This record gives sequence, structure tokens and C-alpha cells, in this order.
Amino acid sequence: MDIALIGRIVPVFVQAAWTTVELSLLSLALGLAVAALVAMLRLSHVAALRFAGAAYVSVFRGTPALIQIFLLYFGGPQVGIQLDPFAAGAIALGLNIAAYMAESIRGGVLSVDRGQMEAARSLGFGEGQSMRWIVLPQAAKLMIRPLGVNAVALVKGTALVATISVVELTYTAQRFIGSTYKPFEIFAVTAVLYMIMVYGLTLLVDRLDRAYAGEA
Amino acid sequence: MNDTRPMIEVRGARKFFGPLEVLKGIDFSVARGQIVAVIGPSGSGKSTLLRSINHLETLDGGEVWLDGVQVNQKLDRRSFERHINGVRQQMGMVFQHFNLFPHLSVAENITIAPIKLKGMAKAEARALALKMLDKVGLADKIDAFPARLSGGQKQRVAIARALAMQPKVMLFDEATSALDPELVDEVNLVMKQLASEHMTMVIVTHEMRFAAEVADRVIFMADGAVVEEGSPAELFRNPKQERTRSFLKKFLNG
Ligand SMILES: Nc1ncnc2c1ncn2[C@@H]1O[C@H](COP(=O)(O)OP(=O)(O)O)[C@@H](O)[C@H]1O
Ligand SMILES: [Mg+2]
Repeated sequence: MDIALIGRIVPVFVQAAWTTVELSLLSLALGLAVAALVAMLRLSHVAALRFAGAAYVSVFRGTPALIQIFLLYFGGPQVGIQLDPFAAGAIALGLNIAAYMAESIRGGVLSVDRGQMEAARSLGFGEGQSMRWIVLPQAAKLMIRPLGVNAVALVKGTALVATISVVELTYTAQRFIGSTYKPFEIFAVTAVLYMIMVYGLTLLVDRLDRAYAGEA
Repeated sequence: MNDTRPMIEVRGARKFFGPLEVLKGIDFSVARGQIVAVIGPSGSGKSTLLRSINHLETLDGGEVWLDGVQVNQKLDRRSFERHINGVRQQMGMVFQHFNLFPHLSVAENITIAPIKLKGMAKAEARALALKMLDKVGLADKIDAFPARLSGGQKQRVAIARALAMQPKVMLFDEATSALDPELVDEVNLVMKQLASEHMTMVIVTHEMRFAAEVADRVIFMADGAVVEEGSPAELFRNPKQERTRSFLKKFLNG
């Protein structure tokens, strides 16, 4: 075990991990926004919209995330979409996780007892109002954990964008192999940094879950 | 009361669930201030009928009228939304399983509709909630959450929530059948009190004794049709139809 090497690479790797954090946050924001939209489509009364939502989920869950990244980054320029690696990675990861998050959101909404919507409607609330004031606040609590699981998968999934040369944690690790020939130390440090990020995220999810658990 | 127009009128109500005909052409009306109890075996369509009155179920045929306004009138989607939300504000509905909003306090459960739908000021709405809770004997629970209440208390809050919209009619769908026996009376008492205040009510119930005590008229339903209706005295003491007799006998023996 080359302790001196570890000491030398840690600062560089922490910097790279920060890029992973930035990438994760951007994809998460995009993913949540798209997921909310796709979940709305999935829950729509209009069959065509439901179909569109289902198609989105099938496509993005039914193909490897790596291929989605390649398609956008390498295939994009051919159809006029020119993105730098970081942007392509963030967008592809965000669109991918959105499919999973949409299902978490939809699951939360569907887990709220049907009687809640009916009681709201019986008071005279419209469908949108009932959703907003009665169903969604209850569904939100039920979504926190599944969305947390999705977010953890996203953080770990960011490693894939090393393949399109985004200078994040995994890419940085690979670059150090050639100059040091110490893959064990390098990947051990990398793994520990991923674990710290995932652990931090898990703590955050726990806190959110407890904060919103509240009454009932 | 010189307004003789019925408060609720149902004409030729038909409803299918897939191939199953659940309402086979139902006619009945409820006069202003009248209390109608609907009884009948499980699966006979009582809930479906009640839910059709405020359009929680969409009828496949027939008409429902509330105070001279057709509830299920043909309008384009947007206009109908607006229309039905307005109509529902005038009808209170009480469900078997209470359906209180668990994320809201008792006060908020009661005030959310007056505040959001009628634009009532918060302080005024809270005063209203207190008044309604007083009516159902739960003023001290105003800041509790539903999870902390007993079944009977939950149902009384649900009644207060419906009353806070100052509805013209109240619809009860087996309001006490999910309750432990010792909690039934406190809810029945509230309903009797409403009756004494001349609230127009349609009460679906399996409690024959309560129906006899509180109702002006009893409707016996079976297999999606009204078999017989009359005053409680007529229907319970002297049922004309064999179907009614056998149902009541089973009930009294069971
Ligand atoms: N949403 C539904 N989908 C399909 N069948 C239903 C639905 N709701 C009720 N039914 C059926 O309609 C019939 C009448 O039900 P309901 O009105 O609940 O009867 P009751 O309240 O008298 O017990 C029953 O056979 C029931 O299974
Ligand atoms: Mg029923």
C-alpha cells in the first residue's frame, strides 16, 4: 500500500469528486423536472398523453444508460446537437434518471388513498386543486425514499460519463493509472470518495423523510 | 315552507359498471328538509346511487337535479368542471371511511374548502371551524391531527368539514359502518341533531333502528332498483313486497 501516493492524489481526487457532485446536482435538477412532467403524462386522462409518458419510461429504462450517453454525445452532432462532454453527460444522465424518478413520483401519487381525491372533489375542489392541496402533499412524503434511491443510482451512474472524457472522479482515476501503475490505491480512494458522497446523500434523504413524516 | 320544488330529484338513473347494470332506472325525490334513508342488501347499488347525486359516479342514463339545477347536464369539459365544482359545494358528503385529510389539522380539514373555494379570511374560517366543531362536540380537538382521533371523532370532524361549506343537502354513505359499536351513537346523535335543524339528508345505512328513528321516508333497494318506499312505519311494520319482507327478516334475525 503506497500511503504517500494516496496522500498525493487525494486533493486532486477531491477536486474531481466535486465535479461529480456538480454533475449529479445538474442531472438531478433536470431529472426531477422531466420526471414531474412524465409522471403527469402517465397520470393523464388523455390516452395519447399516457402513451407518450409510458413510451418515455420504456425507452429510457429499456436501453443502457451508456448507449444513451453515446447517442447524445457522439450521435448528437450528426443531427445538429453539439454539446461539450459535461453538458452531454449531465443531460443524458438527467433524461435517463427522469424515467425512474417519474415512476417514483407516479407510485407516490397512486399510493394516496382514492378517498382523498373523492373527499376533496366532494367539497367542490377541482381536479388540479385536489391534486395540489390534498393528494400531492401526501404523495410527496411517500416519494422521498424512492426518489432517494434514484438519486443514489444517479450519483453512482455519473461514473459512466468518464467514457466521453468528462473530467469527473472516475475519469481522473483512470488517468492516474498510466502514470502510477497503482490501480489498487487509486480505485480504493475513488471508491471511498463515492461512498462519502452516497452516504451524505443517504443522510440527507433520511432527514427529509423524517422532517416530512410528521403527523400521520 | 312554501317552496315545494324538490331539493333533490333523480329521474331514470341508470349506471353500468362494464356489463353489470348497477342502477336500473331509479326515480326518487327528496323534499326540502326531508330525510330519506336508503336501505338494502350489500351490492344493491346504494353507494352508487348516492355517489351519482354529486357526480362522483357518472350516470349512463337519467337525470339528477339539485334545487332546480341539473347536476349531470351536458356541457363541454371546462364548463362542466366549473359547473360541477359549484354544485358540489352545495352538497356535503360523508364517507364510510371518513376520508379526513391526514396531513392537515382538524381546523385545516374544515377551513381549507371555505378558504380556498369561497375566499374566506383565515380568522373567519377558524371561527367557523370552531362553530362547526362545537356542533359535533369536538371544539377541544381543533388543533389535533386526524391520526390522534377515534373513529367516531373522525367521522364527526368529517361531518363538520362538510357542514362548513353550508351545503343545501347532506349525503351520508354508511357513515357508521366502519365504527366500533360503542362509537356509533355519538355519530348518530350528530345526524339526529342535523335532522332536528331541518337539514335535507339522504342517508344510506344498514342500521334499521336508526333509519326508523330519523327518516321521514325509507327507500328499499335491491339489485339496482327501488323495490319499495314509504314512511318508516309503513315500510318496517307493514312491508308490501316479499323482497322487502325477506330482507327485513334476515336483518332482524341476523
Ligand atoms: N367502481 C366500480 N367498478 C365496478 N363495479 C363496481 C364499482 N363500484 C361498485 N361496483 C359494483 O356495483 C354494485 C353496486 O355497488 P354499491 O353501489 O357499492 O352497492 P351498495 O352500496 O348497495 O353495497 C356491486 O355489485 C359492486 O360490486
Ligand atoms: Mg355501499
